[in-house]
Amino acid sequence: MEAALVGTLAVFEAHPDIPAVKALAGIATDAKFDRNELTITVARENIIAACEALKQAGYNFFEDVTAVDWYPSEPRFQITYHILSMSLKHRVRLIVRLAENDAVIDSIVGVWPAANFYEREVFDLFGVRFSGHPNLRRIMMPEDWQGHPLRKDYPVEGYR
Amino acid sequence: MAPVAAPDMLNPGVEDVVADAQRHQGVPAPKDQTMVINMGPQHPSTHGVLRLVLEIDGETVVSLAPDIGYLHTGIEKTCEAKFYQQVVPLTDRIDYLSPMTNNTAYALAVEKLLDLEIPAKAQWLRVMFNELMRINSHLVWLGTHAMDIGALTVFLYCFREREQLQRIFEAVAGQRMMTSYIRIGGVSLEPPLGLFDFIQAFLNDFPSKIDQYEGLLSNNPIWINRLKGVGYISPEDAIALGVTGPPLRAAGIDFDVRRDMPYSSYEKFQFNVPVSTESDVWARYVLRMQEMRESVKICQQALDGMPEGPITADAPKIILPGREQMKTQMEALIHHFKIVTEGFAVPAGEATSSVEAAHGMMNYYVVSDGTAKPYRVHMRNADFANLQALETMCKGRLLADVVAVIGSIDIVLGAIDR
Repeated sequence: MEAALVGTLAVFEAHPDIPAVKALAGIATDAKFDRNELTITVARENIIAACEALKQAGYNFFEDVTAVDWYPSEPRFQITYHILSMSLKHRVRLIVRLAENDAVIDSIVGVWPAANFYEREVFDLFGVRFSGHPNLRRIMMPEDWQGHPLRKDYPVEGYR
Repeated sequence: MAPVAAPDMLNPGVEDVVADAQRHQGVPAPKDQTMVINMGPQHPSTHGVLRLVLEIDGETVVSLAPDIGYLHTGIEKTCEAKFYQQVVPLTDRIDYLSPMTNNTAYALAVEKLLDLEIPAKAQWLRVMFNELMRINSHLVWLGTHAMDIGALTVFLYCFREREQLQRIFEAVAGQRMMTSYIRIGGVSLEPPLGLFDFIQAFLNDFPSKIDQYEGLLSNNPIWINRLKGVGYISPEDAIALGVTGPPLRAAGIDFDVRRDMPYSSYEKFQFNVPVSTESDVWARYVLRMQEMRESVKICQQALDGMPEGPITADAPKIILPGREQMKTQMEALIHHFKIVTEGFAVPAGEATSSVEAAHGMMNYYVVSDGTAKPYRVHMRNADFANLQALETMCKGRLLADVVAVIGSIDIVLGAIDR
């Protein structure tokens, strides 16, 4: 296995031709090229701009958005977007890191309506809020449920 | 959004009753002349526990909101508490009509993290069983879809062939439905003697059975009238709403993960990807019938070219040793003990795998923190995204068409709610 490339400089120098790299060169804060997968980190305020730029670059298909809870370290939440280009046959992973006390991010439903259910799922199971989402309600758990089950400080057996 | 206070339904006041009536409803309050009706979660044509809240004007659907989560079992949370190899049986239960496809997607993601080389025979077996799973899933789809429309007989014919497939799965994995056959690093068992003859007999027989189904349906005027022109979605909308699988290809987008981003040696097989441009329920029906024929071809190629050799990767610290070795070799016994009691550590990192399941693109996103348990497993099932497109397909159409459209996107609620 090739060693992972870490950092914007290393990744962007080694793979200058990938369209996602070109599109996001201006706003990436971190990047990784590991196991033949490109991961680009952007700042929270740039997520819509990053999605628009990727869409312009030919990444036409939104696959999913999910979160990883790195409790107790900060920034706690890693929001992961998978975006695919059907014509380039290439996938890019976008990452945004959010602090626990301010877990809010702009919704990308305006760019890809497919994000609607996925953002609701992240809101439901992680408690991350998506501002501008048209219908941010719980989707898996009952509406009156307390807590967010996929957080790491939520016990696997649930609260008794 | 602040969480909604729980209505006290044991001792309800007026506001509790109103809150309870409103809390699951995604549709706005009815306008003049429209009525809000509830469909499911116990409804035979919703293929599980899907609940739809429909706003109708006469017989015309004005808006539609799926309400899901009735089958949510927290599989993603459970995965975080299990060793990597213990997650495999959980993946069976997600899309329970094609368990081996789920196994494959999960195994591919973990193998990417472990950097394992999978031997050719295991890859061929994976391809073959993935295609048999596709046939299996499409048979259940055809039977139930036809039953929803009113053609009850087809169901019995489909389950006749499905029974053969279930026997094949039982022969190879010891289990009819929850097979857990495809494991991290390969497959779990050497196929038994006579299995390939059994599969060959099925493949010889099956194309004529597809003709039989088509004979029952394709020229049936009721079937044609119920399907043609119903449930249209434009290719742009299909992409925007994340639709994959047969509904996407029926909309004219020629994308199939097996061909475009091959995994598990799919690049070594010759097959066509059926595409249609009509994008209605009929097109999806025709396309899935063609897909079954293509799957038969792929299975035939896998049988004919089945390589010799091991069925698991050469990684004794990850893959359980055979019983014989375990009883005769000290090292194998130690490895067995360690894998069972402590699992195996997976290098830190994250990996995404993508496979073409019967319902569309299935992705597994696995994050490892370097321990023996996955830090996070996320499944992207086509069913979940395809369900979002239901409203676009049904809006402005008749209420009775909703049933046909649900059948045509082919959902499994286990994959939606996880």
